[in-house]
Amino acid sequence: MNKLQWKLGTIMGLLILAVWLIYPSADWYTKTANERQKLEASRLRPKRILNLGLDLKGGTHLLLELEVDKLKKKENVADAINRAIEIIRNRVDQYGVGETPISRQGDRWISVDLPGISDTQEAENLIGKTAMLEFTLVDTSEEAQEVLRTIDDMDELPFDSRGKLISKIAKMMPKNTKLHKGKTDDENPITRYYILSATPVVTGANLENARVETDQQFGYPNVGFTFDKEGGKIFAKFTGSHIGKRLAIVLDGVVRSDPSIKSRISGGSGIIEGNYDLKEARNLAIVLRAGALPAPVKIIEKRVVGPTLGKDSIRKGLLSASIGFAGVVLFMLLYYKAAGLLSGIALFLNFIFLIAAMSYFAATLTMPGIAGMILSLAMAIDANVLILERMREELALAKPLALVIPTAYDKAWSAIFDTNATTWIAALFLFQFGSGPVKGFALTLTIGLLVGVFTSVFVTRAIYEFWLTSNPKEISI
Amino acid sequence: MIKFIHKTSIDFISKRFIFFAISGFLILSGFISMGVKGLNFGLDFTGGTLLQVKFEKPVKIQDIRSAMKKTGLKPGIQEFTGHTAFAIKVKGSQENVNDVAEKIISGLKENIKNNSFIEEQRDYVGPVVGRALTKKAIFAMIFALFGIITYIAFRFSNPVWGAAGVVALAHDIFITLGALSITNREIDLVIIAALLAIGGYSINDTIVIFDRMRENIKKFPRMRLGELINQSVNETLSRTIITSLTTITVVFILFIFGGNVINNFAFAMLIGCLSGTYSTIAIASSVVYQWSKRGR
Repeated sequence: MNKLQWKLGTIMGLLILAVWLIYPSADWYTKTANERQKLEASRLRPKRILNLGLDLKGGTHLLLELEVDKLKKKENVADAINRAIEIIRNRVDQYGVGETPISRQGDRWISVDLPGISDTQEAENLIGKTAMLEFTLVDTSEEAQEVLRTIDDMDELPFDSRGKLISKIAKMMPKNTKLHKGKTDDENPITRYYILSATPVVTGANLENARVETDQQFGYPNVGFTFDKEGGKIFAKFTGSHIGKRLAIVLDGVVRSDPSIKSRISGGSGIIEGNYDLKEARNLAIVLRAGALPAPVKIIEKRVVGPTLGKDSIRKGLLSASIGFAGVVLFMLLYYKAAGLLSGIALFLNFIFLIAAMSYFAATLTMPGIAGMILSLAMAIDANVLILERMREELALAKPLALVIPTAYDKAWSAIFDTNATTWIAALFLFQFGSGPVKGFALTLTIGLLVGVFTSVFVTRAIYEFWLTSNPKEISI
Repeated sequence: MIKFIHKTSIDFISKRFIFFAISGFLILSGFISMGVKGLNFGLDFTGGTLLQVKFEKPVKIQDIRSAMKKTGLKPGIQEFTGHTAFAIKVKGSQENVNDVAEKIISGLKENIKNNSFIEEQRDYVGPVVGRALTKKAIFAMIFALFGIITYIAFRFSNPVWGAAGVVALAHDIFITLGALSITNREIDLVIIAALLAIGGYSINDTIVIFDRMRENIKKFPRMRLGELINQSVNETLSRTIITSLTTITVVFILFIFGGNVINNFAFAMLIGCLSGTYSTIAIASSVVYQWSKRGR
């Protein structure tokens, strides 16, 4: 094979590869939303496909901050973050929404993307709950009763705005105890307070399992749990020696219930009662199973795009992009004739290769990403125009065609190289230092530039060279 | 052969002060607007809450406004075509994620009767995030600019050219920012992406002319700089016009048909591309001439 055949072979090979790479994405996005959902839930979503960003397909993005100052002493922040990410991933996985990118951002931020979910209250509860479960002895001493009576008589709350005990109450508290709020809901709107021992008997760390259980008598859902071996032992021993006392079940600092211990509980299991609906109970079971977060998290950014809005922007974006593309090709065709047609083909190939590369890298297409694509396509058009204008210049000098084409390419090359290299350098810096959307822009731009140079220089030149082999005398340009 | 631009020999360099005056005027009016009205920074940078709702039946914007007044919030309200979709926005530091959004929702539910709505979009940006995003965007841009100057200075072995390229780039970005301020359009992260694209487009355009200048310097080493620049700009004029025309057409179509979400983006791109074309022809090479000692 000669050099030209090699070139044409390379182009054909790459084209086949590109179509092969695009196929899974095309297949995926032509399925109905229902089918896609089913496949996602059973984790059958193909890996190497082009993803749509939340701004285009709808969904929720959450940015969480781990409240580091509430970590247990001596816990390494980096470890805590990684543990928190694992736990959140676990919870979301069990919830079953399919692919959910969860990643660390900066020192103590966690980014969670929930595609397709726009009812966020539930998701927030699922992700944001610390889920610190504690079983703690209730202090029933006379001192404690006195404190509770004082609180009942007060007009103000016993906690200040930062959640600390006001000094009047703090002075009265019995040794080694803490004041906790009880759960309020529609049926019990008044906050009750409990005085509990400062150290819990058992915590959620000793849980083996948690599940939804239906109440035998009334049929409402509860959350049942089972301790692991160690937890079961401690629990049995403790309940055995504290018969008649009350044991509070505390979740995230709020007392859920305080049953009295009637006998030694040796089975290692129990029930958390509460006014749950089925969904709430299911989600509480999930967070208990997945474990407690090392510290509370706070939502510091939240973006929800409803499914209709995303669809609308995709439709309009695609429509205007196709009109724009058609306009450009038509113009090139009128202005540069056959040579313009070739540029149009190159632009089309450019688009194909770009989508293929993005599918291969499983890149996520967002609005800023589309901006990057537009810039790279504009630069590819520019490269074509640079070459064609050079051809016209060289033709004006009445040179033979076999000389015009290589000269035009050689002369246009330095400009094409420098423009692309400069933009590429900028894109590299933006990728390195930018945040989410800026990164998306830089990524599509980087890929787009590489592809653009290839199609507008290498591909078109190979086609011209192939055409030159038929020894033409004129070029329609 | 169709040709828009036949062989031209326009003396651009002698008109450079007119160009500087025009650009100065445009940039200055932008700056004045930025000084008086300021830039309309979006939630991404200020922090706050945005809620976009779509009603079943058309609603008057005054009704939404009075409903919001009753909640005690002072939101910006944007109406979309058809009087059914509204974006309600409360900027500023807000500590808790759902507080403001819930206030807006209950305000709408209580005051706008016999009509239901769905949430199309809800954004909350906490105060810390806004600051972090601003810082990162600025740093990324500064580094990118330095990268560009260094590369051009190296490739064209003349720091003045690199600096002139960046002047043209900054020119386009400032004009776009000015236009955004005058039209009161909002600057969010997508606009930052547009500004980056404009920067890339501007530098791309400039380099094409610089490349021709580099080529002509080799060809005609004795030519005076002014003449050389004029010839290079004229020779590449046809290409500049055609490339700009195609790009601007595409962006214009996005501006007209692209829908609400990308309208601001397309507007910024449109202004940036127009300015980019102008600065390539008129500013970049004039600055090189003005700042160069060689051969004048």
